[in-house]
Amino acid sequence: MSITADTVKHVANLARLKLDERELAPLVQQLSNILGLVEQLKELDTEAVTPMSHALDMPIPERPDLVVPISTREAMLANAPDTEQGYFRVPKIIE
Amino acid sequence: MDPTQLSLVQAHAWLSSRQISARELTAAFLERIDRLNPRINAYITVDREGAMAAAQRADDRFRNGTATPLTGIPIGVKDLFCTENLTTTCGSKMLARFRPPYESTVTRKLKEAGAVILGKTNMDEFAMGSSNETSFFGPVRNPWDTERIPGGSSGGSAAALAARMAMATIGSDTGGSIRQPAALTGLTGLKPTYGRISRFGMIAFASSLDQAGPMTWTAEDAAIMLRVLAGHDPKDSTSIQAEVPDYVNTLVNRLDGLRIGIPEEYFPDSLDRETRHALEEAQQVLRDLGASMVSVSLPHTRYAIPTYYIIAPAEASSNLARYDGIRFGYRCEDPKDLKDLYTRTRSEGFGAEVKRRIMLGTYVLSSGYYDAYYRKAQKVRRLIARDFQDVYTGVDLLLTPTTPGTAFPLGEKKDDPVAMYLSDIFTINVNLAGLPGLSLPCGRDHQGLPIGMQLIAPVLKEERLLAAAHAFQSATPWHQRKPEL
Repeated sequence: MSITADTVKHVANLARLKLDERELAPLVQQLSNILGLVEQLKELDTEAVTPMSHALDMPIPERPDLVVPISTREAMLANAPDTEQGYFRVPKIIE
Repeated sequence: MDPTQLSLVQAHAWLSSRQISARELTAAFLERIDRLNPRINAYITVDREGAMAAAQRADDRFRNGTATPLTGIPIGVKDLFCTENLTTTCGSKMLARFRPPYESTVTRKLKEAGAVILGKTNMDEFAMGSSNETSFFGPVRNPWDTERIPGGSSGGSAAALAARMAMATIGSDTGGSIRQPAALTGLTGLKPTYGRISRFGMIAFASSLDQAGPMTWTAEDAAIMLRVLAGHDPKDSTSIQAEVPDYVNTLVNRLDGLRIGIPEEYFPDSLDRETRHALEEAQQVLRDLGASMVSVSLPHTRYAIPTYYIIAPAEASSNLARYDGIRFGYRCEDPKDLKDLYTRTRSEGFGAEVKRRIMLGTYVLSSGYYDAYYRKAQKVRRLIARDFQDVYTGVDLLLTPTTPGTAFPLGEKKDDPVAMYLSDIFTINVNLAGLPGLSLPCGRDHQGLPIGMQLIAPVLKEERLLAAAHAFQSATPWHQRKPEL
């Protein structure tokens, strides 16, 4: 299985990554190699198999629905690159 | 005797009898870190003040009778466990200045037991790697040969411990990231059952596979660590609600009646000759201890790598969507607009391997491909898990090599992702099946490099792994060997 440079560019846009030309060519080749490895799964008939979405078959535990303080607003904002008046600040979106 | 050479059990005896104070012990480790870390690069952050303050509190606990077996024990923690107000980078430029506003459950439990956290250990960026070469903070070097990799992604935790820059360390294991570096540096590394230890405050890579665990010099030390770390946590709904056994009391010196399965798929023709030989000798030791060996088959073994390289990147691409430059972490300079902010922040903040896995994960989850890749992989994952369930009807444990060979030179596989991924071929299945696995040293190659073997148990049977490993270590010298530094 090989994928094209255009597909890689499309996927990069979906993932909000920008690739320069120097990064693009090796990535097309490497992703093709990895997907080639993945092709082996087609050998298996899995028609009747239930997908495994969790490592263990266990019920989801319940807990009381209580409000518990975790962190202050100041502590949560302290790591933000840009804040204003207690909010996260981003570039202007609407003209 | 140099106190940095003690095991956790020995150090506790010294501390209890006041042969050494926690402050003296911590100071000895900090001095060793100052001396050796520039060569090994095992720590990203060393918390001298925090460590000495914790040592002071530990000494108080020994005085007032509230000490536990971990009180005053100097520990290194992989830099993906959030530590309140102590920088937590996950090996990435993206989080190079991130100071978590809360504490992970793992580090909270260590602190409550009175352990001394020396600092945060180096790792592959976002735990994606098998050689510790993808870290933004530079590669970690293997203390056995500094021109070789220590394994990954918990390479810093492994190297710090092997170089005696910590008495025990914490790692995390998504596809082998505790067991593989433990094997390549001559240590005991335990990946517990998925959900045995809380993931709260662990920076997520692949949420259905990630599991924290201890790295130690002996199985007995691992039992002491697991007893503290294991247990349900209301803050992690996937953590298991099951009682925590006393892993120390269940250690034994004989293995009479224990049936150990030898899966043929884990001994391919391509297996390193010296590794094969070491595993054969190990089987003889286990037989002498009373265990019997049974040939078994896990027929879907060869599908584990392709299954993993769909599931893990898919989950990672979703988990890493949160790094957008807005709420925390790196942000690019002078963004034109919001999309430019997202795109340049992520392109500049992530390294090549992380981008590769985000791309792969985004591709396999994208419209039209979900069933062909992700859903297919989840089905094969069940077949792999069933293989294990089937063999455990006839055996108690499985024994395999941990890695296909010993530590390889820096740079050897750096630009070939497929070759790098294949170095995890014996460990990944265990994560997919959610089982506990333990690596321990069982020999050395002609260059003196450690060889590791892996024991795999059924769900929640960690005590069986630890008991077998302890018995093996009671009969062999491999875990006592130390690199010359």
